[in-house]
Amino acid sequence: MNRVIKREMVVPNMHLLVVEAPEIAAKIRPGQFVILRAEEEGERIPLSVADWDEEQGTISIIFMEVGASTGTLACLKSGDTIPTCVGPLGNPTEISNFGTVMCVSGCYGIGSMYPVIKELKKAGNKVLTVLEARSSYLIYWLNRFIPLSERIFTITRDGSLGMKGHVNRITDIINGLASPPDMIIVNGCTFLMAHTSEITKSLGIKTIVNLNPIMIDGTGMCGVCRVTVGNKMKFACVDGPEFNGHEVDWKEFLARRKAYVDEETLYFRKSAPKPAVHKEGKCQS
Amino acid sequence: MNPEKPSKIDLNRNDMPKQSPEERRHNFNEVALGYTAEIAMTEAKRCLQCKKPRCVTGCPVEIDIPGFMSFVVKGDFASGIKRLKEKNCLPAVCGRVCPQESQCESQCILRNKGGEIAIGRVERFLADWEAEQSEIEMPPKAKPTGKKIAVVGSGPAGITVAGDLVLLGHEVTIFEALHKAGGVLTYGIPEFRLPKKIVAREVEYVKKLGVKVVTDYVVGKTRSIDEMLEEYDAIFIGTGAGLPWFMDIPGENLNGVYSANEYLTRMNLMQGYLYPGSATPIKKHARVAVVGGGNVAMDSARTALRMGASDARIIYRRSHAELPARAEESENAEEEGVVFNMLTLPVAYIGDENGWLKEIECIRMELGEPDASGRRRPVEMPDSNFRIPMDAAICAIGNSPNPLVPATTPGLDTTRRGTLVADQETGKTTRDRVWAGGDIVTGAATVILAMGAGRKAARSMHEFLSKKP
Ligand SMILES: Cc1cc2nc3c(=O)[nH]c(=O)nc-3n(C[C@H](O)[C@H](O)[C@H](O)COP(=O)(O)OP(=O)(O)OC[C@H]3O[C@@H](n4cnc5c(N)ncnc54)[C@H](O)[C@@H]3O)c2cc1C
Ligand SMILES: Cc1cc2nc3c(=O)[nH]c(=O)nc-3n(C[C@H](O)[C@H](O)[C@H](O)COP(=O)(O)OP(=O)(O)OC[C@H]3O[C@@H](n4cnc5c(N)ncnc54)[C@H](O)[C@@H]3O)c2cc1C
Ligand code: FES
Repeated sequence: MNRVIKREMVVPNMHLLVVEAPEIAAKIRPGQFVILRAEEEGERIPLSVADWDEEQGTISIIFMEVGASTGTLACLKSGDTIPTCVGPLGNPTEISNFGTVMCVSGCYGIGSMYPVIKELKKAGNKVLTVLEARSSYLIYWLNRFIPLSERIFTITRDGSLGMKGHVNRITDIINGLASPPDMIIVNGCTFLMAHTSEITKSLGIKTIVNLNPIMIDGTGMCGVCRVTVGNKMKFACVDGPEFNGHEVDWKEFLARRKAYVDEETLYFRKSAPKPAVHKEGKCQS
Repeated sequence: MNPEKPSKIDLNRNDMPKQSPEERRHNFNEVALGYTAEIAMTEAKRCLQCKKPRCVTGCPVEIDIPGFMSFVVKGDFASGIKRLKEKNCLPAVCGRVCPQESQCESQCILRNKGGEIAIGRVERFLADWEAEQSEIEMPPKAKPTGKKIAVVGSGPAGITVAGDLVLLGHEVTIFEALHKAGGVLTYGIPEFRLPKKIVAREVEYVKKLGVKVVTDYVVGKTRSIDEMLEEYDAIFIGTGAGLPWFMDIPGENLNGVYSANEYLTRMNLMQGYLYPGSATPIKKHARVAVVGGGNVAMDSARTALRMGASDARIIYRRSHAELPARAEESENAEEEGVVFNMLTLPVAYIGDENGWLKEIECIRMELGEPDASGRRRPVEMPDSNFRIPMDAAICAIGNSPNPLVPATTPGLDTTRRGTLVADQETGKTTRDRVWAGGDIVTGAATVILAMGAGRKAARSMHEFLSKKP
């Protein structure tokens, strides 16, 4: 049982959830995740941790409302409880002084990138922050990134903030730099991670992605989270979730993530009433 | 003449009342319905009360079998269950899932004549009888010792250690990674073979004895063994063998290919069999192949049938004689309509354009010379490849211990197979104040062995704690 301290919508369809979890708050590192159940008899869903406060004993999560479980989470109020919050799971992001690191994020990945950038900066890196969204109104936490970043780039589909266009614009950003970054980290939807990896592969820049396959236990017991990386079978929950983006079999990854779309839709319809899903802010994963 | 002794040998082993195959293949209710008191007494009467009972030597925990049988004959079930529980704290579970045919019953003197006593069924009867009584006798508890013990994992090994140590006056907390306690009994073995309310009852029982159960807690992640040793006087590791093996053949990551752990966890722990009444999505595949021949494979195939598969089959590389599953379960599976493709080995999974399994390519096998296990080694027959159209494949070829705890605990030695090094008699590991038992030490084995290992470790831990200032 974990108490909900706060739940609020930060931008359309994207919510901040603050949960009491003192042992996790004391242990967690950037890049790790927790598994939650929104209600008794609910499914187990993995969510990255976007911030934490060891003193208060709380962790913060940014989640996008996409289906039944996140829909239930989106209805939580301060003082409610959730039956499961287990973690920290997965391996932390490798942090050291790499030089210049470009951090590309979109969607809920903007949240999970925040602790990564904080630690990278602390370790002496120059951080170039790239935020991607459909429109300016879907970008959040910009103020948190400003003091941590050497430069901030934004890409919006409608051009309402920064560059107009798609992930593809990353090529232009990199070409516009005096020298290419030493490393790139990408957090967000599959589309963003796969395309960035494709672009940076041809440029020969090391790229780390934070994979988000379907999971159940998160401890290496079920194998549903298996991904092919460098032609080897890996369990994302224990071997990852971070991997070299150039080695991920993205086609297989996309197919596996879509495995349950029909069933999820059926359950989502059956389990109404639920709050409306705002189609606006939805990623294309 | 002794009235309890049968006058002549009765070889009529009493059948277990069961749901009919036609009925049960459409539901998740328990298949075997259990003996009535009358049948149990009739069966117990057949026991010859041997002076040197061989059945006891066949039992991994040496239950006094003739002893409890003699109480059943008299209808004194309360004394019977008491005798049984002196050695086995999980009789309702073991009565249902132990491979009796290769343990106690294999040693019964009547076996040669084809009428061995149905020991497991009587054991189950006693346990179920006790559960129906309104007042379960609570065993006496020693006065508090002030010693604190952490048990990692809530499978049969962990539950046993916890129950034994709490009665000896220690303060015991179980830490479980999943959201429900019970280990494989909860997430693996299906409802129709081991109803979850029986497992829940065992967990409730240790709680009633005073054991604290903390779920959603991954030791090695939430807290390391070293950090726990600062708070606890001793630790028992019973984390099981939960890491699924795959075969390393092409196409294993196609959609529709599952590990048995995933398939069974979705069904049992996440109650997928109630979907769409439950939140965990389940695919209703029409044609399901299960690779393997053990209990896990039988459970998966029989679950698939119950989920509406029109074709559920076992693909096994040896022959019928070598099936490692409990005999009763492979018979049940066959009765229910599971097809057995013996001497067959999958070599590749073939997918459609959307990444879903479409066909399994297999090769035929024949049996050669005996291997290290004493069973004849299966060898591939050249040029015998063939394909079977299938919608799903469930890989049930085995599990090894999860490396999470060993990997985060320096000085805790493991074998080449990834199991923990522990003393056979005491369960003591290579780390000070740390014991281990069950599948994490033996590799995937049985409930009774896990329970037995828990017993031995509890004894050794208590001895250590009694000496510790
Ligand atoms: C390591 C990791 C970290 C993640 N971090 C975040 C995060 O910080 N914020 C966030 O909004 N989302 C995150 N996700 C994705 C999140 O888990 C899914 O969006 C969520 O499970 C959807 O559940 P649902 O019932 O609301 O939707 P559903 O209707 O069940 O599913 C919608 C889509 O979400 C994906 N999905 C469904 N179940 C799972 C599952 N158990 N695991 C992974 N993906 C699933 C599928 O692609 C599915 O088609 C993360 C996933 C992983 C593996
Ligand atoms: C499908 C199936 C059918 C079976 N059928 C039979 C049968 O018919 N008869 C029989 O005798 N045996 C059977 N077995 C085998 C039997 O269930 C096991 O041998 C037995 O459960 C082992 O007990 P254990 O206590 O060692 O571990 P488990 O039952 O595996 O329990 C270990 C527990 O530890 C937890 N855990 C793991 N890591 C951590 C961690 N880091 N922190 C906290 N908790 C952790 C796990 O979540 C799990 O709950 C079957 C097994 C399966 C999978
Ligand atoms: S989520 Fe089950 S093994 Fe990774």
